[in-house]
Amino acid sequence: MPKTSELEPPRIIVEGVRKTYTLRHTQSFKETFVAWLKRKRTSTSFQALNGIDITVGDSEAIALLGYNGSGKSTLLKLVSGVLRPDAGRVLTRGRVAGLIEVGAGFHPDLSGRENVYLNAAILGMSKDEIDARFDEIVEFSEIGEFIDTEVKHYSSGMFVRLAFSVAIHTELDILLVDEVLAVGDAPFREKCKTKIREIVAAGKTLFIVSHDLGMVSDLCSRGIVLRRGEVVFDGAIGDAITTLKASTR
Amino acid sequence: MSKTEPVDLSAFSVPGSGRGILDVFSYGYLLRLLVRKGILTRYHGSVLGWAWSYVKPTAQFFIYYVVMGVFLNLSRGIEAFPIYLFSGIVVVNLFNEAFGNATKSIVNNKALVKKIYLPRELFPIADVFIAFVHFLPQLSILIVVCLVFGWVPTFVQLAGALLAIFIVLLIATGLGLFFGSINVSYRDSQNLVDLILMFATWTSPVLYSFTMVRDKLPTWLFDLYMLNPLTSAVELFHSAFWFPTTSETAERPEHLWFFAGISVVVALVMLLIGQFVFRKLEGRFAQDL
Ligand SMILES: Nc1ncnc2c1ncn2[C@@H]1O[C@H](COP(=O)(O)OP(=O)(O)OP(=O)(O)O)[C@@H](O)[C@H]1O
Ligand SMILES: [Mg+2]
Repeated sequence: MPKTSELEPPRIIVEGVRKTYTLRHTQSFKETFVAWLKRKRTSTSFQALNGIDITVGDSEAIALLGYNGSGKSTLLKLVSGVLRPDAGRVLTRGRVAGLIEVGAGFHPDLSGRENVYLNAAILGMSKDEIDARFDEIVEFSEIGEFIDTEVKHYSSGMFVRLAFSVAIHTELDILLVDEVLAVGDAPFREKCKTKIREIVAAGKTLFIVSHDLGMVSDLCSRGIVLRRGEVVFDGAIGDAITTLKASTR
Repeated sequence: MSKTEPVDLSAFSVPGSGRGILDVFSYGYLLRLLVRKGILTRYHGSVLGWAWSYVKPTAQFFIYYVVMGVFLNLSRGIEAFPIYLFSGIVVVNLFNEAFGNATKSIVNNKALVKKIYLPRELFPIADVFIAFVHFLPQLSILIVVCLVFGWVPTFVQLAGALLAIFIVLLIATGLGLFFGSINVSYRDSQNLVDLILMFATWTSPVLYSFTMVRDKLPTWLFDLYMLNPLTSAVELFHSAFWFPTTSETAERPEHLWFFAGISVVVALVMLLIGQFVFRKLEGRFAQDL
């Protein structure tokens, strides 16, 4: 069983959470009306998560593992607040920064500098906080003099580096990472790993989704395996990877 | 699961639960940046850039003036017809831009809505502010033209103009929240809005005088016409900009301030309805987009 710190209350509580997606087959009033006349079903539902219970403590680094479509991103979106559960509840303590997708708020026609400010504000930072960290963000991204160039002229690696750098420098208590370290070259990934370790060492909570089992076993101590929307394993990372490899989609 | 000793939940919050429009104020800095982004990228890649904000309304004005004033001879009864026309057009333009963009804002900001939790009201509201910024060049043209024609407004008239802008922005926000949230699931919504915008120019006294409506319609229908918040906004602008440049003998609508007061109430009610529907539908935004 996961050991949560005796002194501190948990950071994330997921309790009996269920998420059902409704897939609508109609896109307009007319289609809806016609389907209704013909008594056709206008939607089908899909159970993406079913009865999930997870408690995450302070300064824990947790890997969320599972094959495609097992519900990992859905769970992360529930924790970040982008989606709401259909049953059960999700509670968080402290500031949540979600890297559900880095660079979601980047605008190609704005310069790197403008985008840093915009994206950091989107992730919940105030102007003073951004001003104070701006140099650090640029430094970490290794963008250098390109910072005043429009982002559309960046290579995709540069784009991701800057976006990741912004996200990782936000004031946070809980960091949610979904499949974003896969991009960027080897030296940068090393740097990110170091930075993530620093964040965990500083007592922050990390919730990471990745198919890169090597990296995950490197960074995390606890692993949760999802299969078809249900938790099939929750425990030490090594055993989690073994479970995952033994299971089927 | 593990033995759950009662945890003190007071420090916890439920992710994704906000206070709607009230939360927008605590995101003031982000709102400013979003508005700034909208303004910076508006004329991106065009040579004339911001000059377009002057060219477009001027061209629009000339078309209406030539067709309505010269060909159809509507200007007959109306003194200083060009100014009359332009002071109404700018109000309707503000409404159209604010309402039209706010309706599409959630869909346009898909990437963010799906990936990061923010009070989603930020997007339509930012669009309303952007529309206001684009209204300023038109307002400045209007002021310059009025000054040339010896414009000396009273304090009350100017207050009326400010009230008109307030009414238009408020009602555009309310309608934008309403139609914008429906637009996520049913794109019919934005077509319906285009239709409403087309009507907006004609159902308020922009291209003609309110007296023409009054003389043709039964009293109750005319009262209804006057209850249209856009009508009071346009007439408040006429009073502030056009009227002082004339010999001040033209007839003005009765009880204009009363109708303006009603408009504020209507706009506030619309804002409440818009916010209510928005919050009802918001839970589905991220999965439906
Ligand atoms: N917006 C949506 N509407 C309907 N169904 C969805 C939606 N998002 C996800 N799903 C479904 O929910 C299931 C889980 O999706 P999810 O994105 O959580 O998987 P995942 O574990 O992140 O997969 P991957 O490893 O490919 O990223 C999938 O079967 C998917 O089809
Ligand atoms: Mg995923």
